[in-house]
Amino acid sequence: MKTSPARRIVNAMMLSLSGICTLLVISVLFFILGYLLVHGLKSLDLDFFSKLPKPSGEIGGGMANAIVGSGKVLLLATLIGVPIGFLAGIFLAEYSGKAFAFTIRYVVDLLNGVPSIVIGIVAYALVVRPMRHFSALAGGVALGIMMIPIAVRTTEEFLRSVPNSMREGAMALGATRAQTIFTVVVPAAMSGLISGMMLNLARVAGETAPLLFTALGNMFWSKGWLEPIATLPVMIYNYAIAPEEDLHQQAWAAGFVLLMLVLAINVTARMVINRGTASSRR
Amino acid sequence: MASPQQQQIMTRESVTLPAETAVSKTPGAACKLTAQNVDFFYGSFQALHSISLDIPSHRITAFIGPSGCGKSTFLRTMNRMNEALRNTRVEGELRLDGEDILSMDVTDVRRRVGMVFQKSNPFPKSIFDNVAYGLRVNGMSKKSVVEEAVERSLQRAALWTEVKDKLHKPASALSGGQQQRLCIARALAVEPEVLLLDEPCSALDPIATRRIEELLFQLKEVTTIVIVTHNMQQAARIADLTGFFLLGKLIEIDGTKKIFQNPGKKETEDYVTGRFG
Repeated sequence: MKTSPARRIVNAMMLSLSGICTLLVISVLFFILGYLLVHGLKSLDLDFFSKLPKPSGEIGGGMANAIVGSGKVLLLATLIGVPIGFLAGIFLAEYSGKAFAFTIRYVVDLLNGVPSIVIGIVAYALVVRPMRHFSALAGGVALGIMMIPIAVRTTEEFLRSVPNSMREGAMALGATRAQTIFTVVVPAAMSGLISGMMLNLARVAGETAPLLFTALGNMFWSKGWLEPIATLPVMIYNYAIAPEEDLHQQAWAAGFVLLMLVLAINVTARMVINRGTASSRR
Repeated sequence: MASPQQQQIMTRESVTLPAETAVSKTPGAACKLTAQNVDFFYGSFQALHSISLDIPSHRITAFIGPSGCGKSTFLRTMNRMNEALRNTRVEGELRLDGEDILSMDVTDVRRRVGMVFQKSNPFPKSIFDNVAYGLRVNGMSKKSVVEEAVERSLQRAALWTEVKDKLHKPASALSGGQQQRLCIARALAVEPEVLLLDEPCSALDPIATRRIEELLFQLKEVTTIVIVTHNMQQAARIADLTGFFLLGKLIEIDGTKKIFQNPGKKETEDYVTGRFG
């Protein structure tokens, strides 16, 4: 039986259509990068990284406070989200029974689906309201909660990938369950855990909504952790809706910096995991 | 560590041993580990049926039998490794020097009854840290003691000369046979009274296998060895005592020579002469 011309045409069309879409997917990232660079390049100077924002109406200034602020809030988020998620992931992978694990996993996935603005409201209610002011801490709590589900699932997945023979080997030497987990299983999964947590961090680094009414933002250096604090995403939001052209340009520049930061974390994470698997295969 | 306990056993021997046991067929050996009517269940499936036997001290006891006959399950019951599996249950009595294994602290059992697995499972750590692991988790942190024990264990496992210059290299860099000897060294480092080996040579080539067999022969001096093997020649070469398992039952256990040349049961004869299995 010969293939009919109609079928051949459909086949060729499908191939080219999916090819074009693939090209589109790849080009989106480069388009965004290019667009940000074109519009923000003029503001991307040393001042941008080292100076504070200028008062409204003046040209120039930078976002040093927002860059440091983002770092501080992300550090807090990591300190809150990673330990909680990590330990819960250990429970899920090493201790819990099948049925219970299924329930936990389901709940964790639901938590992962909670819109970030809702998590922002929760952090607002739990931290901002009782303390009566916005703070880096509140922002860290909001992003920390957002990191928990991925931290749990990453930990579970990488611990499960450690062969059972490792656990048996340790337990056969008289190691307790906890010793086995912390001296053999976790070290064996370390590169995966580190890269997973980095990807997790990269994912929340760009979150804006939960920071709007927790960290709030300001135009100067924040002392400590209990004052409102500027962050890159919120700065982008504020500058982008401001009337001044100079601020728009700075918003583009900030977008570029934020994107590069996220990309850098991603690439580093993948390098970590590749090196880890390479050394264990040796 | 072994010698005072050995003496203890010697004195206890005459009272604890039933008259007609395997041990009585290997004269001069005290009984190290005994099983009385041990049943084992995976869920509702009964994998072991009333296993009773005595493991003589400082001897090599081999378990043979076709796949799925329960020999590995029984081995893993002796140091309670099967407990880590869900939905399993053991019944009966297991005694180590007269102490009830099933009511002992599980980490104590495993320290005293070491295990080497079918597939070598070195930890993703250095050679040194692999051997030192058992000591460290059991609370030994004194550097000189650990270093001494690591060297002694590697020597006993006939691996020292090959690795002494690369103790801090990753264990994964060793060959398969070396890795298995490393696992033996790791098990020896905590000075186990009994060493269980679950088909330790099944993944190794004949040369590496022979090295391990020679090694086990020497290790009789320091510990009691129980080995599960698929390879009947291996049992014939190294074991003092051989037990034949079939369908979850211990058909018979006796001196190796007797099992292979003049077995007491028809099933054993069929198996060792290659009529099935």
